[in-house]
Amino acid sequence: MNIFNVTGRYFALMLRVFSRPERHSVYLRQIFNEIENLGVKSVGIVAVISLFMGGIMTLQVAYNMTNPLLPRTLIGLGNRDSLILEFSSTIMGLIMAGKIGSNITSEIGSMKVTEQIDSLEIMGVNSASYLILPKIIAVVLMFPLLYILSVFFGIIGGMIVGPAVGAVTLTDYVNGIQYAFNPYYVTFSLMKCLVFGFLIASIASFFGYTVEGGAFDVGAASTRAVVNTNILILVWDLILTQLLL
Amino acid sequence: MIEIKNIFKSFENKDVLRNISKVFNQGETNLIIGRSGSGKTVLLKSIVGLFEVEGGQILYDNRDFTSMNTRYRKELRQEMGMVFQGGALFDSLTVEENVRFPLDMFSTLSPMEKQKQVDFCLERVNITDANKLSPSEISGGMKKRVAIARAIVMNPKYLFCDEPNSGLDPETSLVIDALIHSITVDLQITTIINTHDMNSVMEIGDNILFISEGEKCWEGNRNEILYSDNQKLQEFVFANKQYQKIRDEKLNDQ
Ligand SMILES: Nc1ncnc2c1ncn2[C@@H]1O[C@H](COP(=O)(O)OP(=O)(O)OP(=O)(O)O)[C@@H](O)[C@H]1O
Ligand SMILES: [Mg+2]
Repeated sequence: MNIFNVTGRYFALMLRVFSRPERHSVYLRQIFNEIENLGVKSVGIVAVISLFMGGIMTLQVAYNMTNPLLPRTLIGLGNRDSLILEFSSTIMGLIMAGKIGSNITSEIGSMKVTEQIDSLEIMGVNSASYLILPKIIAVVLMFPLLYILSVFFGIIGGMIVGPAVGAVTLTDYVNGIQYAFNPYYVTFSLMKCLVFGFLIASIASFFGYTVEGGAFDVGAASTRAVVNTNILILVWDLILTQLLL
Repeated sequence: MIEIKNIFKSFENKDVLRNISKVFNQGETNLIIGRSGSGKTVLLKSIVGLFEVEGGQILYDNRDFTSMNTRYRKELRQEMGMVFQGGALFDSLTVEENVRFPLDMFSTLSPMEKQKQVDFCLERVNITDANKLSPSEISGGMKKRVAIARAIVMNPKYLFCDEPNSGLDPETSLVIDALIHSITVDLQITTIINTHDMNSVMEIGDNILFISEGEKCWEGNRNEILYSDNQKLQEFVFANKQYQKIRDEKLNDQ
């Protein structure tokens, strides 16, 4: 399977995913299920990771600032901007590709190998749209919210760790996170999140939907989905940063 | 009635089905039999359109399925029910929700009418007290029966079963066979069943297609199958010596 073949099949699948749904009420229910399953259930891990990320970033900025002439407020600012620009969007995207992505691939993949997808088709249901569309919508909706949550917890993480180990005073930190705030950074990252959310859900679904074989192949497909999503997230990060920032 | 004419199907240069033609009758249990790997599943999936055939025609009561566009196929699919080899119940739904799924997707019945239809179908396959369980909590035989209930919930005109007995004990197999047969006769469905189980063949083989290595080898019914002089069929049927005895006894009686 070469890359053109795979890309072609990916777009062919997306075409089926975005064709007209059978019954809106059923889709709406599915979207809420997926928001719960993929989004709400990720809040915990996003909070924990972000607390640590913010704490560690704060310490690193503090330890790298050896020049006494630089104001200590830069520490809070440094943490805030790295979270807003890169950590809460891209790094969180890579982590979510692992968590949400592998979940999606293994769910759809096991439905494929146990003929549940054939079963939907034979009923006259567009299985691609029924299974994949709600996941894409849920992840694209939830990812920006998880991003905001991540920025919030990252800043809290710095606020706890920085003063606790004496790297920065609370006042300097709080002043720092309010200093020279550029709202466009947030807008920019929210746009990245929409793209990353789409990549995570659609690529994971594609690898699940095209599995052939048995449980072993589903596992292999999950791994491939995560690796490919990670690469594409980084490529798109590069493109969007160059285009939009 | 389903008629297939000169069906061809291959995967990556490997011919799996070659020039198969057959008429499957309404109100009868039509069997496709053959060894493992002979192409039964591929044939059944080709008939229902899960695989595209490379040549030939498939007619559902004279409606040409092969040349239909997606929209008409979807409509026709609502007249089909299928029971897959492993049951293929949706893991995320309960037994009851599985059976109700096609109704939720397509019917305009009220919730009460839907419930009545679901209960009726589950009763038909003798499932009681398992409505709220999930598929992982019921036995293999029950899964098959729930799958049958789900396949008939839309009152299909055509029913397809891929090895409904595989993995079941002989007694349960008989129950499932009898169930499919009586549903077929009562509702006047055109039923096509894949099997390599000779017990099923002798019980419900109204109309049998025997395929070997992707080609049609023989057709007939359960009364004729023991007396055919087709070499490949004899190898298949008399792999179990018991049927040789049955044949000899019957020949002696005459
Ligand atoms: N998706 C596929 N791609 C390539 N080859 C396939 C595919 N599906 C089936 N085949 C091949 O087609 C042949 C017939 O397979 P099929 O599953 O129809 O056998 P079967 O008669 O149903 O066997 P069993 O009784 O074991 O279920 C096999 O040689 C198989 O390797
Ligand atoms: Mg088979």
